[in-house]
Amino acid sequence: MDAVLTNFANGDILAITWRPLLAGLAQTMLLSLLVIPLGAIAGLLIAALFVVSAGLARVLLMVWIDFFRAFPPLVLLIYLYFGAPLLGYEISAYAAIAVSFTLNTSSYFAEIFRAGIEGVPRGQWHAARATGMSWLQSFFVIVLPQGTRAVLPDLLSNIITITQLTALASVVSVPELLHTAQLAQATSYNVTPIIAAAVIYLALLWPLVRLMSHLDARRYSTKLSAAATQRRRRQETADE
Amino acid sequence: MGRFVDQFINPVIWARYWDEMLGAIGLTVQLTLLVLLTGLLLGLVLGLIRVAVPPLFRIPIVIFADVFRAIPPLVILVVNYFALPFAGIRLSGFDCAWLGLCLVLAAFTEEIIYGGLRAVGKGQWEAARSTGLGSVTTLMLIVFPQALRMTVAPLTNRTIAIAKNTALGSVIAVPEILNIAMSALSNSANSTPLTMAALFYIVLFAPLIVFSRWIEHRFPQRG
Amino acid sequence: MPIVYKPEYTMAALLKLDNVSKTFGDREVLHGVSLEVAPKEVVFLVGPSGSGKSTLLRFCNLLEHPSSGAVLFEGADILKQKNVNALRQSVGMVFQSFNLYPHMTALWNVAIALRLVQRKSAREAREIAHHFLAEVGLAHRGSAYPAELSGGQQQRVAIARALALKPKLMLFDEPTSALDPELVGSVLDVIRKMRHEGMTMLIVSHEMQFAREAADKVVFLDQGRVVEAGAPAALFGNPQQQRTIEFLSRFSLAGSHG
Repeated sequence: MDAVLTNFANGDILAITWRPLLAGLAQTMLLSLLVIPLGAIAGLLIAALFVVSAGLARVLLMVWIDFFRAFPPLVLLIYLYFGAPLLGYEISAYAAIAVSFTLNTSSYFAEIFRAGIEGVPRGQWHAARATGMSWLQSFFVIVLPQGTRAVLPDLLSNIITITQLTALASVVSVPELLHTAQLAQATSYNVTPIIAAAVIYLALLWPLVRLMSHLDARRYSTKLSAAATQRRRRQETADE
Repeated sequence: MGRFVDQFINPVIWARYWDEMLGAIGLTVQLTLLVLLTGLLLGLVLGLIRVAVPPLFRIPIVIFADVFRAIPPLVILVVNYFALPFAGIRLSGFDCAWLGLCLVLAAFTEEIIYGGLRAVGKGQWEAARSTGLGSVTTLMLIVFPQALRMTVAPLTNRTIAIAKNTALGSVIAVPEILNIAMSALSNSANSTPLTMAALFYIVLFAPLIVFSRWIEHRFPQRG
Repeated sequence: MPIVYKPEYTMAALLKLDNVSKTFGDREVLHGVSLEVAPKEVVFLVGPSGSGKSTLLRFCNLLEHPSSGAVLFEGADILKQKNVNALRQSVGMVFQSFNLYPHMTALWNVAIALRLVQRKSAREAREIAHHFLAEVGLAHRGSAYPAELSGGQQQRVAIARALALKPKLMLFDEPTSALDPELVGSVLDVIRKMRHEGMTMLIVSHEMQFAREAADKVVFLDQGRVVEAGAPAALFGNPQQQRTIEFLSRFSLAGSHG
């Protein structure tokens, strides 16, 4: 037992590494807060373009989306970070992360938003346009909120994936949580910092994972719609 | 332009590393297939067990699924590679990657399968049981096929996403595509090996992505 | 405040469809249809499904564009008009499937276009919305979401949504087809009230009894052509064309009395 503690949950090591680990956590959150909005906005834009496009433009957008879904983000990141200098362009690790992760995650966001938007009945567009709303107003006020609600579990799942994705930044030496832990491990010859990092990730993402399961269960279940129908029936007999 | 060709699609470099890269592809495919086979199977079994057992026995499965869905896959690989030896378990980088990704895929699969099984209406259970079918028979012959239909699309997407994570093996010295490409890059000071790696990944995964689109179309998740 | 905004009376037609045709791919669904609706007139479009009624209706607010022909609203060709959204506020539309916004309360279903298109203050938009909900008998249901309303109530909210923009013309696309029979009456009552207050309406409907009672003019459309048009008494009581007789016989109305 003592050996386990010494090796995996060493208090002395924790005492000297908790500050850098917290700084690493801050970096992880910073990267997430950078990539999530960038990816979401770019993805929404691609999805909107997809909805209005037709023919060749639509095919090209789909190829773009699938290309970056097929391309492992780590390969993209390394390609950018180590490839650009060979062409004479120095690129910072943060810029390489922002570009490669945005390309990757926006494609997933685009697929999610597209599915949501296309799931909204055409009649919603017609109704909004018939009352004089512009395309943009109809899109943002009527269609998008409904489409987003339908794919909320997928959006949340993507956000979790992106936060996990930021661990790849350790490969290009950004001092986020995993990189900090690996450095601490290398200097202390003890894996406690890495275990601590895993525990911190777990604490950070566990609530979101639970929420995702909860939303998924709600989407699967037909209980809600059944309840709504019942309420409606009651109202009908009361009113008409 | 000449410089770009020289640095990114240099035929000499291409030829020099071709054989080595082909070997790496073989390893990547091998790792991917092992992860898919074991991960999906384990997840499937756990999902079925979770439906079949009383609530108290579900807790370990839920904890397992939550942990391996929450911790980043790369962190899991790093823990396997650096921490397991201290527990007296010595695994190669390949085995660490296999084990880690298998557990991640199993966690997600379990959750998706369980969700699908739960979504099949009580009426189906009652109808089957009322005709004298046993609970295991009902689960396997009546409920599970319906659940599978509902879950095949999200399961396919998740599986492909996790299969792409074999590239993370490069970090723990698994000689897969990216790892070989990176050492070739530092040896040759040329990006061509990375271009080769990128192309190989696209060739490997683009058909899977297209396949997942077909699955989504064929088995819509809702409805 | 009256339920409908009354346009100044003019002799000219408020709406005029002039020789409009529509082709989907290589299939022509409307062949040179002409139609006029005078101010305060209530015109019913009847005919078998697939006859092009709904398409014709959608020309009037440009949800659909005719392949050829002209659509004149207040004497101006709307196909050449730049501001489609201004036109759409003058032409209200009610859909078969209601198309209420499920993520907004009944009140905001009515208020949202007032707020966004007519740029009214939130308070004013709510007040107007409340007024029109009251007019369709739903003053007490403003905070309900569409899923909590019956079909008849939903369709009345949809009517209020269109009326709130003070249109000069109302289009109805089979407003009662999606309703359970016992809920149809409440919607027809609202349309009766609008007629009483002088609203100009173009209605696609299968409610022949209602058409007979409420129409100033009935237009029978079949296979993309106007087969016969006239006052309801004439068209239902003494149809001239064989196809009209056949169609009306399904509703056991033709020649029942004159």
